[in-house]
Amino acid sequence: MNEAETVTVSRGPLPWVLGGLGLVLLAAGSWLGLFHAPGERHMGDVQRIMYVHVPTAWNGMLAFTFAFACALGVLWRGSWRWDCRLEASVEVGVVLAALLCIQGSLWARPTWGVWWDWDPRLTTTAVMLFLFIGILALRRFVDDPERRASWSAVATVIAYADVPLVYFSVRWWNSLHQVQSSPETVSSAFYLPLRLNAFGVLFLMSGLIALRARLAALRLRDELAPPPAAPGAP
Amino acid sequence: MTLADALRKDVLLQWRTRARFLAVLAFGAVTLLLFSFAAGPDTGALRRHAPGFLWLALLLSSTLALAESFQAEFEQRALEGLLLLPAPARSLFYGKALVNAAHLTLLGGALVPLAVVLYDLALPRPGALLGLLALGAAGLSAPGTLYAAMASQARARQMLLPLLLFPLVVPVLLSTVKATALLLTGDPMGQLRSWLLLLVCFDAVYWSLCGLLFGRVVEE
Repeated sequence: MNEAETVTVSRGPLPWVLGGLGLVLLAAGSWLGLFHAPGERHMGDVQRIMYVHVPTAWNGMLAFTFAFACALGVLWRGSWRWDCRLEASVEVGVVLAALLCIQGSLWARPTWGVWWDWDPRLTTTAVMLFLFIGILALRRFVDDPERRASWSAVATVIAYADVPLVYFSVRWWNSLHQVQSSPETVSSAFYLPLRLNAFGVLFLMSGLIALRARLAALRLRDELAPPPAAPGAP
Repeated sequence: MTLADALRKDVLLQWRTRARFLAVLAFGAVTLLLFSFAAGPDTGALRRHAPGFLWLALLLSSTLALAESFQAEFEQRALEGLLLLPAPARSLFYGKALVNAAHLTLLGGALVPLAVVLYDLALPRPGALLGLLALGAAGLSAPGTLYAAMASQARARQMLLPLLLFPLVVPVLLSTVKATALLLTGDPMGQLRSWLLLLVCFDAVYWSLCGLLFGRVVEE
């Protein structure tokens, strides 16, 4: 790691603004999705979970992609700032991936008749969740901050490279998930709440990552601080 | 120190600790036996699930073998001495990973006859199965060696290695189990090639990526 760099902790209000804006958008999008958008022809009201499920999926993937970028930042620049962001984005990504699996199960039960199915996207998300839980565990079990930063960056690069391989292997193995929709195939009444929620989750996630990175920086500053001088020492 | 020197050191290390190989083999054999108890005595079901049982036994045994492979390097701080030599950390990694891959191939090769007996299997293509064992062992050993280097220096090392390795090697497990089933029961649809291709891709990605990143794991 960069020896000359000191750990700085930002104090600006931006994360709170982002988080607040995200919550407002999420509330507006969910309200539109629940009460104004028409029910889907085949699935009925069950489909309305899509308004949070799809934004969670997009942003969960984005959080892990950001973690991968942070890992490259740690490996190339040796910067503590990227290490704090890595910790924050992996943790928020794990929360989103866990939510995604829960939402997927809730939706799958009435639609497919089972809580869990070995479909490529569902299974890849579950594998991704455990890959990144492993990285969080690694961070907890390594006491030296420099080793922790390097090792978790290495593990993040390795885990991220696995995602397409897991996806293709499970896809060949079994497939049931419906094909992704695009704006051309979705009516505008559906995609307005979807877009509002997508930006809502994006802003909320960015705010949470920034706040969590701040917490990581505070902890790191304490860890790296020289021990207090013993009483009576010169 | 070149790759050949690193290899010689690791082969010697494995040879001198060969009693451990037998212990890991016994662990794998017990696992195969336990799978039969869990699945019940139905020969048809056992035969159908045999490829999965074989690779799960190898995967579970691999965590013991991989963790052990780095134990000796940290006893009496041998690794620190090795890192002082004018040699890239990469050759240390490839030496260790190649020997681990050979170790796991041997382990798999020793478990196959037991699986044949327990699950009543026919072995129409033993040479191809050995090749598949080598490819699968390579897929387990590249990330496994890297993670073993981390885990053996961390707290809770017994927990950390499987936690990091198991989700990562899902593509290896899927492709080897499918390919083994196709080798054992025939491949009328010609699917074997695509599974082998996936396995080779995994091996290529992780043998290059882990070699590239190993230096960051052992640096002081």
